[in-house]
Amino acid sequence: MLAYIVRRLLYAVPILIGVNLLTFLLFFVVNTPDDMARMQLGMKRVSEEAITNWKQERGYDKPVIYNAEAEGVERFTETIFFQHSVRLFVFDFGRSDSGRDIGHDIAERMWPSLAIALPTFVIGILVNITFALLMVFFRATYVDLWGVVLCVILMSISGLFYIIGGQYLVGKVLHLVPISGYDDGINAIKFVILPVLIGVISGIGSGTRWYRTIFLEESGKDYVRTARAKGLSELQVLFRHVLRNALIPILTGAVVVLPLLFMGSLIMESFFGIPGLGSYTIDAINGQDFAIVRAMVFLGSVLYILGLLLTDISYTLVDPRIRLQ
Amino acid sequence: MSPLSARKGIFMLLGLLVALGGFYAGAMAFTGAKPVLLWTDALVYVLVVAIVGFVLYARSREHLRDPWRQVFRRRLGLASLVVLLAYVFIGLLDSVHFRTAVDTGEGERPAAYAGEVLSVLDLVLTPLRESSEKTYSAPFATHSFAKETVEYPDGSRARIYPRLRHGGAHLADPEREHAADILAKLAWGSLLGLIIWVLLVLPLVAWLARRWRMSWNVALGRIFRGRCDIPWWVVLLTLAVLCLLLGLALVLAPHYHVFGTDKVGEDVFYQSLKSIRTGLVIGTLTTLIMLPFAVLLGISAGYFRGWVDDVIQYLYTTLNSIPGVLLIAAAVLMLQVYMANHPELFETDAQRADLRLFFLCVILGITSWTGLCRMLRGEALKLREVDYVQAATAFGVRHGRIIGRHIQPNVMHIVLISVVLDFSGLVLAEAVLSYVGVGVDPTMYSWGNLINGARLEMAREPMVWWSLLAAFVFMFVLVLAANLFADAVRDAFDPRLRKQ
Repeated sequence: MLAYIVRRLLYAVPILIGVNLLTFLLFFVVNTPDDMARMQLGMKRVSEEAITNWKQERGYDKPVIYNAEAEGVERFTETIFFQHSVRLFVFDFGRSDSGRDIGHDIAERMWPSLAIALPTFVIGILVNITFALLMVFFRATYVDLWGVVLCVILMSISGLFYIIGGQYLVGKVLHLVPISGYDDGINAIKFVILPVLIGVISGIGSGTRWYRTIFLEESGKDYVRTARAKGLSELQVLFRHVLRNALIPILTGAVVVLPLLFMGSLIMESFFGIPGLGSYTIDAINGQDFAIVRAMVFLGSVLYILGLLLTDISYTLVDPRIRLQ
Repeated sequence: MSPLSARKGIFMLLGLLVALGGFYAGAMAFTGAKPVLLWTDALVYVLVVAIVGFVLYARSREHLRDPWRQVFRRRLGLASLVVLLAYVFIGLLDSVHFRTAVDTGEGERPAAYAGEVLSVLDLVLTPLRESSEKTYSAPFATHSFAKETVEYPDGSRARIYPRLRHGGAHLADPEREHAADILAKLAWGSLLGLIIWVLLVLPLVAWLARRWRMSWNVALGRIFRGRCDIPWWVVLLTLAVLCLLLGLALVLAPHYHVFGTDKVGEDVFYQSLKSIRTGLVIGTLTTLIMLPFAVLLGISAGYFRGWVDDVIQYLYTTLNSIPGVLLIAAAVLMLQVYMANHPELFETDAQRADLRLFFLCVILGITSWTGLCRMLRGEALKLREVDYVQAATAFGVRHGRIIGRHIQPNVMHIVLISVVLDFSGLVLAEAVLSYVGVGVDPTMYSWGNLINGARLEMAREPMVWWSLLAAFVFMFVLVLAANLFADAVRDAFDPRLRKQ
């Protein structure tokens, strides 16, 4: 087991190097730092001095990959590639283009993101599985048919409309909770309820349909027929046999996204004014803060790879047939 | 259908294309306009030719015809196909661009062209395009949404809701005539819709009657009793709904702002119609661009295995491990910088916006090919062990030929299903990306931009809701139709589902 985990972690290294090279290419080779400076400072008639200043403040004034002027190891360390890309491997995100410490910001903004994303995720899965089980219980009846139709209709509505509609209805017409904002500690609850509710509702369509397919596939198998044949009630079959066996594909989908919950939801957080990592990213995009976007890309891939690893480990926990070697 | 008639079909297609092109060129020469071929236009044409070619190819092959017939037999699948075709029709009208000539006043042939790039759809919608107000106005309103200070001839001033320049301008006394006028127009619109419907349906019924060798009466009876293989009554019914909407729009839109106006007074109905092309382009071109890579790499990974497999797997795992939105955001940010630094690449604003749309498709394609590639790799791994492929290998058939003859035709159903399933997701993604600020150009008409513009007015009292409504209705209908159609296609083509 331990050997497997170590090997998987080692396997992640070339992928992270790939991600790093890709972002490096995207951010420093497609456009030179000069281009970025000009973009940030306004396009028209920027003096050379201003550009040089801008680059110096952010450490973009060094050569890209190889520094011929330096001595020894510094030929490779005193470069943009080393200073801005290689350092990401030890989670040293450096400073944002506006001068703030990115690592500190991330650590601070992670928690509000999690406060929204985790409840949305857990409640969402429970609700979807409940609905899917109901539909499978009533399969081949009108409940199932109209359930599927409703799911397709819910799926066809853009997520933006769920948010706008929910904010309007709950926040503005009913005045139950504040429309947006955030607070620390226990006071956060009244700000969290609405985003979580909307997040759960907007996911019902596709989620329920997906779980229904899994359950249906499982309930067509031979062991289910055997279970029915030996006289188990339909409820017992569903909960004791179908649900437990269907947990394996459900886990694959769920565990992968678990670490990514830290990143929060871009849209949700910006609509509700929650100071999490999602709105951090949006602000960075709108403010064209390249350093933050770069850091978030790297962080996102690290969390994704972590999710893949967790998925493999969770397989062994739920499915005794699978052994990792 | 014999190969001979397939060839005849191709010649007919070519003839039609030449005729259309000739007509277009003639119209351009006559009006003195300059045709503009945008990047996405060209790709849209390529896509249309590819689809028509595929239809001609599939017609003569029973194994391809059969699943499609199954799609058409599904009532919901057929209805959604008709709706999708209506959207595609509008999108295609909006994909023929030109710049009108500007009279330079020198008497000679004008050499200057307007900076504005128009499409055929713009020509059709000229009354809508030019009927702009000062600012917001509600749907069917005759008065502005905001109060304005008006100075009367006698020098006195008052803050009132002024009359709109175009919305309901034909009414002498809006308070009294407004409701009656709208009702009358509704009635006229329905009647017009009915007439259009009859005109559309007549040739269809005539064609069916000839095909079935029946008289019209019998054919009509057969259609409406549902006695034929394909439920044609669904087509007629869907067409009726669409024609009714068209008739209403034709009568109402020139006199009222059906969906109101936006902040700068532009008609929202016009904007929503223009957004159709953007949505369709993102939904289709993205897959068109990524398809060759996904198919080629996926099949080679599974077929050749060894180091080829390792390299391709590494490639898509790396791309896949970056969260999609972030990769898109990073790429679009860089694109913005590049475009800001190279303004010499495009002549007009429309060309710049179009290039950005094109690159957005490319970027979306890069982030979305990995799933299909992985599926194809798995399928190719299975197929290479199949007897007929083993036999071909033993006979010494070259790899390229085995892939082309044996592997590729056997994975095409996966490709088709994933293309159709991806479409609706991409249309929805466009709205979200435009909201985040990394979508299409802000000057381009798109549902995402429409929502984004309206969102800022949410806090206003009373609320400006019509832009949201328009974007919602247009997107919802398209995505719903696409989802239903995708379900029908998946059920017909997926061998696992067909057995049941």
